Amino acid sequence: MSQDLPEIRNDLKKLLRTQPLAVLSTQQDGQPYASLVAFACSDDLARLYFATIRSTRKFANIMKDSRVAMLIDSRSNAPADFQQATAVTATGKTAEVAPEERNGILALYLAKHPYLESFAQSPTCALCEVRVRTYFVCTRFQNVVEVHIK
Amino acid sequence: MKLIFALAEITARDRPRIGGKGYALAEMQRKGMRIPDAACISADAYREFLASTELKDRIRMELYRKPFEEMRWEEIWDVSLRIRNMFARTPMPGELRARLLRGLEPRFRKAPVSVRSSAPGEDSARSSFAGLHESFVNIHGMESVLEHVRLVWASLWSDRALLYRKELKLDPETSAMAVVVQKMVAGGRSGVVFGRSPVHNKQTIVEAVHGLNQGFVDGTIEPDRWILDRKTGRILEHSPARRGKYVAPGRRGVSLKTLPRALRERPPIDGREVGEVYRLALAAESLFGCPQDVEWTYRRKILHTLQARPITTPPSSGDGRSWYLSLHRSLENLKSLRRKIEEAHIPGMEKESLQLGRIDLSGLSDAALAREIRRRREIYDRWRQVYWDDCIPFAHGMRLFGRIYNDLMKPQDPFQFMALLGGAPMISTQRNRMLGGLAALIRKDPAGRACILAGKADQCSPTVLRECDRILDRFSDLVGEKGSPGRDRSRILNIALRMAELPEKSAQSQNPAVLRRRFLSRFGPGRKKYALELLDLARASYRLRDDDNIYLGKIESRLFAAVKEGSRRIRARSRSSGKTGRGDALKKAVLLESSLTATDRRRTGRTEGGGFSLKSRQIVGQPAGAGVAMGRARVIVHPSDLYNFQRGEILVCDAIDPGMTFIVPLAAAVVERRGGMLIHGAIIAREYGLPCVTGVPDAALRIKTGDFITVDGHLGIVTVGEAILPDS
Repeated sequence: MSQDLPEIRNDLKKLLRTQPLAVLSTQQDGQPYASLVAFACSDDLARLYFATIRSTRKFANIMKDSRVAMLIDSRSNAPADFQQATAVTATGKTAEVAPEERNGILALYLAKHPYLESFAQSPTCALCEVRVRTYFVCTRFQNVVEVHIK
Repeated sequence: MKLIFALAEITARDRPRIGGKGYALAEMQRKGMRIPDAACISADAYREFLASTELKDRIRMELYRKPFEEMRWEEIWDVSLRIRNMFARTPMPGELRARLLRGLEPRFRKAPVSVRSSAPGEDSARSSFAGLHESFVNIHGMESVLEHVRLVWASLWSDRALLYRKELKLDPETSAMAVVVQKMVAGGRSGVVFGRSPVHNKQTIVEAVHGLNQGFVDGTIEPDRWILDRKTGRILEHSPARRGKYVAPGRRGVSLKTLPRALRERPPIDGREVGEVYRLALAAESLFGCPQDVEWTYRRKILHTLQARPITTPPSSGDGRSWYLSLHRSLENLKSLRRKIEEAHIPGMEKESLQLGRIDLSGLSDAALAREIRRRREIYDRWRQVYWDDCIPFAHGMRLFGRIYNDLMKPQDPFQFMALLGGAPMISTQRNRMLGGLAALIRKDPAGRACILAGKADQCSPTVLRECDRILDRFSDLVGEKGSPGRDRSRILNIALRMAELPEKSAQSQNPAVLRRRFLSRFGPGRKKYALELLDLARASYRLRDDDNIYLGKIESRLFAAVKEGSRRIRARSRSSGKTGRGDALKKAVLLESSLTATDRRRTGRTEGGGFSLKSRQIVGQPAGAGVAMGRARVIVHPSDLYNFQRGEILVCDAIDPGMTFIVPLAAAVVERRGGMLIHGAIIAREYGLPCVTGVPDAALRIKTGDFITVDGHLGIVTVGEAILPDS
C-alpha cells in the first residue's frame, strides 16, 4: 500500500467492501473477548456495521463499554500472507443503530450479506454501528500507517 | 524423481530441469566435441532442498520485506548476502544428500571438479546474459562439492540476478537452479571465443590467457585479444596483453601466480591455435543455430570445450544496471584501485581544497567571483566523477571480504565481518575525538560553560578557544557554510557543551581481535599472506568509504562558500539600489548554482483530505546497527538543523553526509532514508555502537522533529509515537 492518502483510502475501501467477516474485540472488566462478525461499511468509511443477537456476550460487553476494535484482513492463511495480505484494525465506539436510521442501514448491510436477512431482521437481533476513530493499516507484515478520521 | 543426469542421458525434454548450460554440454558431447565428463543436478534437487528446509518461505520474507522499487542497489546486495548465508548455513537434508552422493560419488571419486550454475530459462536469448550466477572451480571432495552446490543455488538470488529480476521472471514460488558438476581440466592456456563480436557483427573475438580462465573472467588478468574476420577466420588484429600473472589451481580453489619470464614474451596461443578456437566457435554456432560465447582450455596441445551459451548482453536500458555489474571486481583490480585512491585521488582532493581555501573571495571583483563560482563547479564535478568512477567501486573491497569471510566462517549474522573492519582511524572519528577533547575541557571549566550558555562563547578561556579554533581550522566544513568567526565558534562550542554532558564515550567495535584470529586460523601457512592482504584491503575500503566523502565534502564546501559570497553581494546590491542587476554574470552564476543544488522537495503524496489524515506508525527499513533506542526525533533537512541537536535525540535524515557525522556521538540512534549495511551512516553508527535503521522510505518526510520514536536496530523497524492508544 502506498503512502498517498487517496490511494490508501481506495485500498481501504476495497478491502472493507470485499471482506465479508471481521473480528470484533470487546472487553468486560479487563477481560478481552474476540468474536467473528459479518460486517458492512458506510460509503465514507467512517462507520462499520455488524449485527448480533442481544443475548450474546459481545452485546453485553458493548453495553458496558462501548470502546471496541475490529480486525479486517485479506489473509489466505499461507506464508505468502506476510507479503501479500493487508490487515486493518479499526478502533472506535459502538452503539445500536438509531431506529430512524435502521431501515437504510439494514438495506446496506443486507446488500452485502443477503443470506443474513432473517437473522438481521429478527427482533432479537441488534444492528450496531462502530464510529471509527482510527484505522491502523498493516501491510507487508510490518508496515503500519494510521488513518485518522476527523 | 531423477535428480542426477549424465550428459549422455539428457534429451531436449529435460532442458527445463537441466538448464541451458547443462543442455548445451550434452548436445556438444553428442556431436563429438571434446567435453570434460560432467553430470547435471536437476532443478528438482533445488526444489526438494527448499521444500524440506522451509527455505522458500524465508527467502520470500527476505525478498519482500521492502518493495524492490524502494530499495537501493546497496540494499539489494545486502538482501542477496543474507539469502546466500541462509543457503550456506542450511545443511543438506539426509535423504537428499544421500541421493546426490549416490549419483556423484561413483562418477567423480576424488577428482577435482568445477561446480557451475545452469539456470533453467538461461537458454532463452533474452535472459542468458553472463555473470549473474556463480560457478566454482577446482573443488575437492564430495563434502565441498555439496557445499558449493548450495552456493550455486544461492546465486539464483545474487544481487546481479535480483537487478534483472523482471527480465528473469524471478519468483520464489517458481524459480529454480540446476547445477553442472564437471571434471576439472587443469588447462595451461585458456580463454573465451565470441563467435560474433558484441560490437561488430562481421568479426569474431578470441581472448586467451596463460593458466585457467578464472583470471580474466573476473578482470584480474588482461587477456591477449584477436579480432578475426567472422566469415573467413583471417586474423585482422592481435592486441598482446601485458602478461605478468596467471591463475593456477591451488590446493583448494585457485590462486594467482607470477608468470615465468619465458611465458611473458609469448602469446598464450599461436596462430594455428587461434584458428582452431575460431572453428570451435563455428561448430558451436552451427550446432545451436546462433552465435555462441564458448569457454575453452588447452591442456597440453588438446583443446577442451568447457561451456557454451548464446551471446547476449544485459538489456541496456540506460538505467545504470550494467554499471552496477562492473562493480564486481577482483582482489587485484581492487588493489590497484586502492593505490590510485590513496596515492592520487585523496592527496589531490586535499590539495585542491587547500588551494581553493587560500583564495580571498571577498577580494575578488564581481566578474572574477562569477568566474570563480563556475571554476569551482567544474572542479567539484570533476572530483565527483572520480568519486563515482573509482571511490564507489572500491567499496566492493568490503563486499569481496564479506563473501569470503561468510563462506569460511558461516556466521549467524551475515554482517559479522564488519566487526573486523572497524576501529581503523577514520577522519570522522578523529574529528569526533577532537570534539571529545574540547568537551573534556569544558567539563572541567564551569565558567566557560556559563559563557557558552549565555551566548558569549568568545569569552571562554584561551585554552578552550584555542582548541575550538584548531578544530575549525582542520575541519572548516564542520560549521557548514562559513559564517562569522563568532558564530562558527559558538556552534562548535555548543556541540561540545552537549557532548560534555555525556559520560565519556568513544568509538567502539565488538571483540574484533577474537573474530580476526578465528578467521586467520582458517588459512594454511601458504595462504596467510593472501588472507591478510584481503583483510587489509577490506579495512581500507571501509575506512575510505567515509574518508573519500569527507574530502569531496571539503571541495563542495569551497563551492558553497563562493556561491554564498555571490548571493551576499547580490542581496547587498539590491538593498542599496533596489535593483538586482538582471543579466549580470555574477547573478547568472549564482542562479545556476542554486538551481543545481536546490533540495529535492518532492512529497510522497497528500496526507490530509476528505475528513482523513494519514500518519506513519511503523516503517520498515534495513537493520543496520543492532540495539533499541527510544527518544525524540531530530530531523536534519538543512545543515543548520545540526546545531539544534540535543543529546539523546534520534538523528533522522535523508542521507548522512560527512558534515553530519560529528553529532553522532550525541545521538541515541540513527535513522536514514538511504539504505544499506555498508553506507556511511551505518558504519559510523556501528563505530559508536548505536542502533541504526537505514533504508527507511521518506524518513525525513514521514518523521517530524519532536516525534517520539522507537528505533529497532535488530529488525530494522522504526515506530512513530507512543504505544498507548488514544481514547476512542
